[in-house]
Amino acid sequence: MSTKVYAGTAVTVDDDGFFADPQQWHEEMAPQIARESGVDSLTPQHWQVVTFMRHEYAEKGTGPSVRALSKTSGVSIKELYQLFPKGPAKLAAKIAGIPKPRGCI
Amino acid sequence: MIQRAVILGGGTAGTLTANRLQRETGGQAAITVVDRDDDHWYQPGLLFVPFGRARPGKLVRSRARQLRPGIGYHHHSPVDHVDVGQRRVHLDDGSSLPYEVLVIATGAALLSGETDGLAEAMAQGKAFSFYEPAGAVALRDALAAFDGGRIAINIVDMPIKCPVAPIEFAFLADWYFRRRGIRDRVELTLVTPLDGAFTRPIASRHLGGLLEAKRIGLVTEFNTGEVDGDGRRLVSFDGREVGFDLAVVVPVHGGQPYVSRSPGLGDALGFVPADERTLQSKASPDIFVIGDAADLRASKAGSVAHFEGEVLVRNIRSFLAGKPLAGSYDGHANCFIESGFGKALLIDFNYDIEPLAGRFPGRVGLPLLQESRLNHLGKLAFQQFYWHVLLPGRDVPGLAAAMPRAGKEFPAAADARTLFSG
Repeated sequence: MSTKVYAGTAVTVDDDGFFADPQQWHEEMAPQIARESGVDSLTPQHWQVVTFMRHEYAEKGTGPSVRALSKTSGVSIKELYQLFPKGPAKLAAKIAGIPKPRGCI
Repeated sequence: MIQRAVILGGGTAGTLTANRLQRETGGQAAITVVDRDDDHWYQPGLLFVPFGRARPGKLVRSRARQLRPGIGYHHHSPVDHVDVGQRRVHLDDGSSLPYEVLVIATGAALLSGETDGLAEAMAQGKAFSFYEPAGAVALRDALAAFDGGRIAINIVDMPIKCPVAPIEFAFLADWYFRRRGIRDRVELTLVTPLDGAFTRPIASRHLGGLLEAKRIGLVTEFNTGEVDGDGRRLVSFDGREVGFDLAVVVPVHGGQPYVSRSPGLGDALGFVPADERTLQSKASPDIFVIGDAADLRASKAGSVAHFEGEVLVRNIRSFLAGKPLAGSYDGHANCFIESGFGKALLIDFNYDIEPLAGRFPGRVGLPLLQESRLNHLGKLAFQQFYWHVLLPGRDVPGLAAAMPRAGKEFPAAADARTLFSG
């Protein structure tokens, strides 16, 4: 765990840069996290996915996999990779200020 | 009043649940099992078919004959959908089955159509899946004719049944080509969406080391978007490529189609969300889920169904008696991992404790996370155990639902966490 400052506020993140506490996240922080992850600007489509990630986390306690994200949001996996090139599930979770998706066992 | 229990699925999970429930309720519940055919496959055996070490005909038995007398079996019509609110299962032929308690045990379906080009590559004989009998046989013939080149073993996405099976396939392929004297002409590569050989760190390092020692390549974080049979390559969604001459592909898994036709029952992939401790579905208190059909963070494996069965039946009995659910499943899983040359490893873990080194089920048991001949013999013996002990739903000394801690070598940090969480 370490501390990072986004939009002037200190937040706690894990070793991979994911928020430890989603409550610490504000929308103003997202563009800066996105830039750090190689996403230069957040389009309305990015925001649609980011909002959806937070909604899924609130419902289920973990971010969805790429495939579940695609099925539920209606955005194809290919498009998701265009939006978040280094891996939609992880990147969108990071930008949305939720912990790293648990994945499967 | 006699209470009606309907169990969807006559595979590992459904069969052991029906038998245990019937025995423990002394015939007081009317139990009906529904499936679409009468072929119960010993699925762990399919891994050995491509290498000529198991014959498909020896792996299949009648589903009905694995059920105790008094259990109804219905296999003439597939399930169309479940009406959660009306507590009724509707079948394809228009008939329906009312229930007081429903158990979803219909496992996972293989969805090759989810991946561009995969169905075509399979039809062309360039890609194979050993997760179903016909594919395992086709792969056996393809391997026999294979005299050199690149073999890619590809997990398209998680979750999959028996997450260690693709690694075992790689180990067995290494052994198979060594015995044929052409190993130096065969390039073996495991291509996985995970960031290592396995999902948990200690086992991942250990299995990764074994892959390296056997000169099996490992490509990680590869999310397959396309299997291009003509171009003989796997293409990931982020544009990476892995070439092959023969692809062994584990397709995307999902729930059975009827789940998606049943409003409120399943998630986006057709798996059924449930409480990970009680196994009660999120859809309705009178629906329980067991085995591969569940959307749980436990492995999709027969051992998981066995351990869940004990908890599930206790909870169904509580539910039917109107009492609070007493059973709690800890995520216990136990898998043999064949590593070739007559040896195997064993892993044992649960939701909180990753696979560790040591011995199972106690200090003088089978070696964990370590290759041994004893584990291989254990894996072979398991087939008889499966038909005669596991499916009848018996309690087995040393194989109880709760994961044993004795015999395991806890690293310092995990040890502290265990102490604090009690």
